[in-house]
Amino acid sequence: MPARGVSGEVVLSVSHVEVHFGGLVALSDLDFKVFEGEIVGLIGPNGAGKTTAFNVFTGFLKPAAGEVRYRDTLLNGLKPHEIAALGLVRTFQRTSIFERNTVFENVLTGLHRRGRSSLWDTLLALPREKAAEAELADEAREILRVVGLDRRAADMAGTLPYGEQRLLGMALALAAKPSMLLLDEPVSGMNASESAKVMKLVQTIRASGVTILLVEHDMPMVMQVSDRIVVLNYGRIIAEGAPALIQKHPDVIRAYLGEGKKRA
Amino acid sequence: MKRALPAIWLVVLLTVPWWLQDQYILHVLITTGIFIIAAMSLNLLLGYTGQLSLGHVAFFGIGAYASALTTLGFDVELFGFRVVHQPWPAIIGLFIGMVVAGLSGYVIGRLSFKVRGAYFVIVTISFAEVTRLIALNWVELTQGPLALTNIPPYTLGFPGLGNYTLWSKVAYYYLVLALGLIAYVVISRLVGSRIGRAMIALKENETLATSVGIDVTRYLVLAAVVSAAMAGGAGSLYAHYLKIIDPDIFLFIYTVTMVIMVITGGKGTLAGPIVGGVIFGFLPVVLRPVAAPAVQWILYGALMIVIVFMLPQGIVPALQRSMANWSRSERKGAIAPLTDSAKPGEGQ
Repeated sequence: MPARGVSGEVVLSVSHVEVHFGGLVALSDLDFKVFEGEIVGLIGPNGAGKTTAFNVFTGFLKPAAGEVRYRDTLLNGLKPHEIAALGLVRTFQRTSIFERNTVFENVLTGLHRRGRSSLWDTLLALPREKAAEAELADEAREILRVVGLDRRAADMAGTLPYGEQRLLGMALALAAKPSMLLLDEPVSGMNASESAKVMKLVQTIRASGVTILLVEHDMPMVMQVSDRIVVLNYGRIIAEGAPALIQKHPDVIRAYLGEGKKRA
Repeated sequence: MKRALPAIWLVVLLTVPWWLQDQYILHVLITTGIFIIAAMSLNLLLGYTGQLSLGHVAFFGIGAYASALTTLGFDVELFGFRVVHQPWPAIIGLFIGMVVAGLSGYVIGRLSFKVRGAYFVIVTISFAEVTRLIALNWVELTQGPLALTNIPPYTLGFPGLGNYTLWSKVAYYYLVLALGLIAYVVISRLVGSRIGRAMIALKENETLATSVGIDVTRYLVLAAVVSAAMAGGAGSLYAHYLKIIDPDIFLFIYTVTMVIMVITGGKGTLAGPIVGGVIFGFLPVVLRPVAAPAVQWILYGALMIVIVFMLPQGIVPALQRSMANWSRSERKGAIAPLTDSAKPGEGQ
């Protein structure tokens, strides 16, 4: 069920997805939907399969069974760059930026698919090339302003403090113009004020019409920003619903506190 | 001054045949220029996409042979059919050499980029060795170890002025300079564009690059094609300048020479292969009066080790860093007195 205030159109449809690493079942019968305009939290203890799920959705991992659809397109078999081109873009759990480039160049690289110039425009330095580059530069500046890194534009990305590197990772994803964004632990390792900044940014991104699937261990953040939460444990969905319900769900409490169930 | 520097260099390079009397030095300049073009092409692959091609000489040799055979013509039996080609003008050979090398780059690019790292290196070395063995053993086409000889020089047609055949060293010097400048401009435009950013992104973090929608294979293959075509062009220049080529053109040492030029000069910089090329192109000339040939090779190797050890990023990045530090300290020096005068009460 979509959360209140969002459209009923399914954006991401995950049907009976299975992933095995040798004998280990990483994802088992994963089946859920994300609706247009939602922020869905995907939570679970370490090793529950959250990042594996992201890798499947974005084409970095092939599922052993099941289907993933983004709007009307079957994602199985598509390459990561083809999936990104559809508008399904992700960030990474570990800080992932082009460290030896400037902050501005990072965002320009993220804007790659927005570029309209051809190889001949580039080689012959045609006016179209200059116009396209100027357009990309404007867009890059705007994205940096949104994430609050505009003053850092000329700095080398690798020299930024950790929190700003994480923000740059989000800026890179935003530059790819997602219609759905998969955020993998965006506030991990951040202090409270940095986390608050990211939380505000997540809401700003959603307000711009982007659907968000969020993996995060910071429970207060997830509960606050998510419309709906899907809980994974040992690769299976053990609960799904509104944050208030999930907080009280006995299976979720057991999974997080380690009571009861043992590994199969 | 910084902006005037390229213009000054261009004037110096354009006037070389006017003030340089020594024909041997001019010959070294021409061959160095040809290898600098090949090194620049390797730099596109190694420096900007991060792929180490140790078979780059294959494209150089393919360009040389394709160009020479286009110009000389051939008559061979292939799968039971006689294939006869009448000689074409040498300048078309240059074009054909680049196209054939570029196509080889495409095929190898498609095949090789399925594998990365050490496996890619092995594929490229094997490719170069296969091409050398073909050149050595397909005697009907290549004359094998007897070499292709009497390769004619280029003839350039100028509208209204007639044809001009490049018989002299001076003419070849200007041709190599012109093609070197074109290669430099092509590479600088590519790497300064969206395409270049995609190539650099693949080198820096391939997973991240694909996650923002960059098609890895497309840009790696594009780099391989452009790089191979340029190396093929350099090979054609080499063949028509020396007028003789044999299968030794595919020797591993030539690839090593290109790699040394790129690494010592600074991979991933536009000027790196030029600086590295000039140093290692002219080193034998500098060492010749003072050291025996065997000692020259030892000094050659020693210098390379020293440069790589002292300046692991290469000469050009080291110079750029020094210049940046110098201009920063200059700026500080200029600001300091102003700061002092802005605080008149202090220190009195």
